[in-house]
Amino acid sequence: MPKRTDIKSIAIIGAGPIIIGQACEFDYSGTQACKALREEGYRIILINSNPATIMTDPEMADATYIEPITPGVVAKILEQERPDALLPTMGGQTALNTALALAEDGTLERLGIELIGANREAIEMAEDRNKFKECMDRLGLESARSKTIHSIEEADAALEYVGLPAIIRPSFTLGGTGGGIAYNKEEYEEIVYSGLDASPTTEVLIEESLLGWKEYEMEVVRDKNDNCIIICSIENVDPMGVHTGDSITVAPALTLTDKEYQIMRNASIAVLRGIGVETGGSNVQFAINPENGRMIVIEMNPRVSRSSALASKATGFPIAKIAAKLAVGYTLDELKNDITGGRTPASFEPTIDYVVTKVPRFAFEKFKGAKPLLNTSMKSVGEVMAIGRSFEESLQKSMRSLEKGLTGLDPMPVPNADPANPESFTDALLAAVALPTPQRILHIADAIRHGISLERIHDTCKYDPWFLERIKNIVDAEKDITKKGLPTDREGWVRLKKLGFSDARLATLMNVSEAQVRKARTTHKVNPVFKRVDTCAAEIPSSTPYMYGCYEGDGINEPESEIDPSDKEKIIILGGGPNRIGQGIEFDYCCVHASYALREAGYETIMVNCNPETVSTDYDTSDRLYFEPLTQEDVIELIKAEQESGKVKGVIVQLGGQTPLKLAHPLQKAGIPILGTDPDAIDLAEDRERFQKLLKKLKLRQPPNGLARSAKEAEDIAEEIGFPIVIRPSYVLGGQAMQIVHNKTELKQYIKTAVKVSGDDPVLLDRYLKSAIEVDVDALADGTDVYVAGIMEHIEEAGIHSGDSACVLPPHSLPAETVKEIEQQTITLAKALKVEGLMNVQFAVRKNDETGVLDIYILEVNPRASRTAPFVAKATGVPVAKLAARIMAGEKLADFKGMLKGMNPKHHAVKAPVFPFNRFPGVEPLLGPEMKSTGEVMGLDTDVSHALAKAFLAAGTRLPTGGKVFLSVKDVDKEALAPIAKELADIGFELVATGGTARFLKEKGLKVKRINKVMEGQPHIGDAIINGEIALMINTTAKSSQAVADGTNIRRLALMNKIPYYTLLTAANAAVQAIRAVKAKEIEVAPLQSYFEASKPAEKPESTTQKRRKTA
Amino acid sequence: MTSSKTTKQPRNATGVIVLADGKVIWGKGFGAPAKAVGEICFNTSITGYQEILTDPSYAGQIINFTFPHIGNVGTNDEDIETVNPASRGLIVREDITSPSSWRAQKHFDAWLKSYNLPGICNVDTRAITRLIRDGGAPVGIIQHAPDGKFDLKALHDEAKSWPGLEGMDLAKDVSCTQMYKWDEADWVLGQGYKKQTSPKYKVVAVDYGAKRNILRCLAAAGCEVVVVPGHSSAEDVMSHKPDGVFLSNGPGDPAATGKYAVPMIKTLLEKNMPIFGICLGHQMLALALGGETTKMNLGHRGANQPVKDLTTGKVEITSQNHGFHVISESLPKDVEVTHVSLFDGSNEGLRVKNKPVFSVQYHPEASPGPQDSHYLFHRFVENIRKAKAA
Repeated sequence: MPKRTDIKSIAIIGAGPIIIGQACEFDYSGTQACKALREEGYRIILINSNPATIMTDPEMADATYIEPITPGVVAKILEQERPDALLPTMGGQTALNTALALAEDGTLERLGIELIGANREAIEMAEDRNKFKECMDRLGLESARSKTIHSIEEADAALEYVGLPAIIRPSFTLGGTGGGIAYNKEEYEEIVYSGLDASPTTEVLIEESLLGWKEYEMEVVRDKNDNCIIICSIENVDPMGVHTGDSITVAPALTLTDKEYQIMRNASIAVLRGIGVETGGSNVQFAINPENGRMIVIEMNPRVSRSSALASKATGFPIAKIAAKLAVGYTLDELKNDITGGRTPASFEPTIDYVVTKVPRFAFEKFKGAKPLLNTSMKSVGEVMAIGRSFEESLQKSMRSLEKGLTGLDPMPVPNADPANPESFTDALLAAVALPTPQRILHIADAIRHGISLERIHDTCKYDPWFLERIKNIVDAEKDITKKGLPTDREGWVRLKKLGFSDARLATLMNVSEAQVRKARTTHKVNPVFKRVDTCAAEIPSSTPYMYGCYEGDGINEPESEIDPSDKEKIIILGGGPNRIGQGIEFDYCCVHASYALREAGYETIMVNCNPETVSTDYDTSDRLYFEPLTQEDVIELIKAEQESGKVKGVIVQLGGQTPLKLAHPLQKAGIPILGTDPDAIDLAEDRERFQKLLKKLKLRQPPNGLARSAKEAEDIAEEIGFPIVIRPSYVLGGQAMQIVHNKTELKQYIKTAVKVSGDDPVLLDRYLKSAIEVDVDALADGTDVYVAGIMEHIEEAGIHSGDSACVLPPHSLPAETVKEIEQQTITLAKALKVEGLMNVQFAVRKNDETGVLDIYILEVNPRASRTAPFVAKATGVPVAKLAARIMAGEKLADFKGMLKGMNPKHHAVKAPVFPFNRFPGVEPLLGPEMKSTGEVMGLDTDVSHALAKAFLAAGTRLPTGGKVFLSVKDVDKEALAPIAKELADIGFELVATGGTARFLKEKGLKVKRINKVMEGQPHIGDAIINGEIALMINTTAKSSQAVADGTNIRRLALMNKIPYYTLLTAANAAVQAIRAVKAKEIEVAPLQSYFEASKPAEKPESTTQKRRKTA
Repeated sequence: MTSSKTTKQPRNATGVIVLADGKVIWGKGFGAPAKAVGEICFNTSITGYQEILTDPSYAGQIINFTFPHIGNVGTNDEDIETVNPASRGLIVREDITSPSSWRAQKHFDAWLKSYNLPGICNVDTRAITRLIRDGGAPVGIIQHAPDGKFDLKALHDEAKSWPGLEGMDLAKDVSCTQMYKWDEADWVLGQGYKKQTSPKYKVVAVDYGAKRNILRCLAAAGCEVVVVPGHSSAEDVMSHKPDGVFLSNGPGDPAATGKYAVPMIKTLLEKNMPIFGICLGHQMLALALGGETTKMNLGHRGANQPVKDLTTGKVEITSQNHGFHVISESLPKDVEVTHVSLFDGSNEGLRVKNKPVFSVQYHPEASPGPQDSHYLFHRFVENIRKAKAA
């Protein structure tokens, strides 16, 4: 049966901002779904608040709503658009929960909208622990012994039943927020408490511990005729106890007999049928007792997931695309597998002839006070995937893909372990191996190096012996090299490279340079070959150039490569590697846009990336895809191979963030052309001394600053420019290790602990501009002309990392002449740096205390794509990343005149960040110069206050419209607090404040109730927060440690109790504006396309009249 | 690839593959220090190497495994399809590793040695798969020589002179020579194979190289199973007073085996005996019904093969291992094509109208592979029940 014709329009809900547990894999799946359903002729209504996604590009849907994903707002959109169906399975837990809420409150029924892909009962059964367990019982499948509780009082009885260690899993939370493993009673009570709190239904499951068991996942697809296929099996190298998102995993499963595998296969299909997932992709997780094969079903997700994205990339089977088509009535046998060029149907099970390894990437260093320990609550911010012809090759490739400075299984020193004392050293190593930490696998390699038996290591960490033996294989080969030196013949080289060793790792082992290793290797004509990911292990010819590099051959015969380069003119785009804080989906967006634009311009586009979550690594985004680590060795090898035929016009390194930029010089050295801005200009902007000279020449202003190559130099410079000082290491993204120091002691402390300062690693010192307004500018330039694409005024003052600050486009408070001047300075800079492509400038605007005029300072210039590029593109309707790519390829801004519409003055766009503080217990949720946000949302409205309100709402802040507001600010802020407090009182809030603040506000004639600080004794503000008496909190802190500690406590309480809190008055003021606006007029919704209708006629005529219609 | 005439040999090479066309591929030997000649075919299954190597249908063949890591879970006494492996040797990408499974009883390498099976590793098995895909399954010889001494010319000559599978009746080599009874039923985790206790119907299974799991599936479906040699006559079969007859899988050219199998099946058809055939048994039945078989350019070998049941429209993922197939168009009018391959549209099943007779080309018993098609054994039993009731 072909597709359904009784439905004409379908709404798809996205996943919203990037958060831990929900990253760009949902852009990948959502984009696939939009494309798949649009090509079937359905009208697509897309709802997603994340502007950095490809799915929210106006071409992807008929109506794109960049609006908050809350049941209330989504209901308004549905009311306005009246789609026939809603597809809730593409946007992660966010979409599923929102759809469920709309089903439960009757909205869907009232509007006659059908849920497709998963129905309400199936979602509930999969998500509700009890119902799920009952279903497993009915199916005759085992689930872990467990009890569901709804209050702390029931906790004791549950513990008695399941025993310690016990796993605590809150219902309806993402990535296991609020859950954990308890080894003792005290921990147990603590975690139960936080779990009950995190669960929207105040429900947690107490479960028998399966710690140390083997963990597996099956990716299943089912159609309406009950045809079921397994796309991929995944085995976790980290055993049970570590969230699968935080585990190193491999595909396919490697340590199961066929009998066991088939039991799991049958069970996964039974689970889909039992839960009632009628069509689409699901993921089923299993635990297996390694002693006897006893299998337990852990959970299932009735939707596409991070694992399904991984399975899609690992096998080449596009799960989300197929799932979308199944949702509208197709069956698997009716759909083609397009990786084989349609030679096979979608109804077969992919098989692979390589090993895929996924390794998560963490950001613990960003969150001081967070222990880098892994458990059942996900903490990683990104991941890499590597493909190799053996586990060894795959693992070593994944290690160097991570960009954590690893070249393979590099040694990882254990703190306080002394190699001189063998016995205690062994104990220390084993202790490190026992702990589930991000670097555990490196400690394991070290333990093997140190001669500890695999049995002892297995007993300690429960890694399957098979994986341990493979790691030993690598370690043994390393020992061999250090003993005998590098191979002296081709055969020896091939054998070594087949184990996945990078030249860089070999160089370290031999204490020579990487270039020397490369030279020795290439002398023997040893280069990688490229094989294809084809879903069928070469059984059927594949027309899709989705490739990975590996080493093959016996050293005599020429190894076979399937690269088959075309004779076209090609452009290579280097992606951004794993997501991390500071470098995420925004850069992938830019790379994808470059690929789209250059394809349109007639080039063959070649993407290189190693991040399985992204749209860039979808095999149909570019003409060719290399799933390879972004290291100079891997990238240069593939480019050389591409150069065998056709012409490589050049490589784009400016769009993927810091990762590809770092490769600019090695690529240039290898004679590979770099497109766009000369990498030297990027260096110039980064090089303090050269940049300072340039600014002087241009007569532009910079905060007093200096560059120090030693601790002494730093102190001297500090003396000269004066405290407070913003200090940071050179060449970082996301403000890593950036800090504001207020005095000499703090400066010394920073240099001692936070960074290495040396001739090669200088630190930058800038005078910190207090209470300055920060402004971000994105511009396009072609070497001659400059187009200022977006000027964004930050809400938070300068000193807060630009990625963590909310911002408004166009500027809402700066005078027009200041904006004009900023624009002029941007143009001057772009010309001086001879920018060809994108450029981002950060300015600070500060009132000169003496002259009273607004001084403009240049904080930073980056002649490359910025984090704000997609936001600017969405807000202004100008596809800046696409144009940048075309310019890099040689076109001029003048060629695109008609597209440069300027900044639309009729509406405002607000970007707001989203933070992962709730994932890291005990961490201070304060903002500073080091970036901490994982993602962002956009609020769009004709009125700036409503745009602000939408952005706050989309970022997860439920702004109250009344109730008690708690105020406690440091002395210097008191004056500025007064008008905010007054406004709050005017719009109906009750004010409560701590002693000093209360006194001050009373003097200003406001009605305030005094409340105790925590240290002043109970009942205090903490009690009020816990008791739900506080609706809003404004709390700024002086930089004294006691004040911070006192503050931390209440800020974390507010965070955990989901009370909006503001630690900066600028942000608080914005929140008050938003509250006032929403109180005056409810939020209205409008599609992105309608904001630009002047230039493009609406596809649906009635939408113009409807779009402003206020709905109930 | 180098040819057998050049003598260049990599240092440390202890294994070699020489193809009939003279191509030489070097590697590392494992398993038995021996040589083996045969048709080189590939299998794309990721799990179940022990079942594959013991599948009698692989008689005369050397198996090129497309998945790089083979041997991970060692071997055990349960995961076998016959006592002695029928395939002649194997080619894999990676070194054989220590077993890692609670079910493992033996190291895979030791197991191969005990059956005198040689293997070659460190070979680009994907390149070989592509070679087979594009040019058909070649004849080749593999040798594992721990001392690294190879006589390439002699190996090449031996490969060249091997006659090939076409026209070869390999079924007789792997069939049992005497009848026996079978009562081992399905496998249950933690319990092993169950014993069949109360059979309802008597089934004679004609053994052309039967996989044990077929017999287990029959037993589990309630049949008392009597296994008879492949060249049994209709009288031999009928002497057991069966309620139904099963025609097993097996190796080689169906035309060769058909010489003695077809007359027997024709007689059974006349008697309206319920019949179920799998793989070679399916081809035998087709021949007996007047159809034709032919060698495929590209055989189906793997555990991921989609088959559509034309009677229900449903898709089954099946385990397959065949290099010959039944030509659907050659079948007479009273025979209905019931299953087709969604890969290439080739015949995967048939049913005789108005008779309790059906067969499939693929392996519903799986082992290794998906168990989506186990229902066919119940369909057979249902046919028997109806025939008896009639």
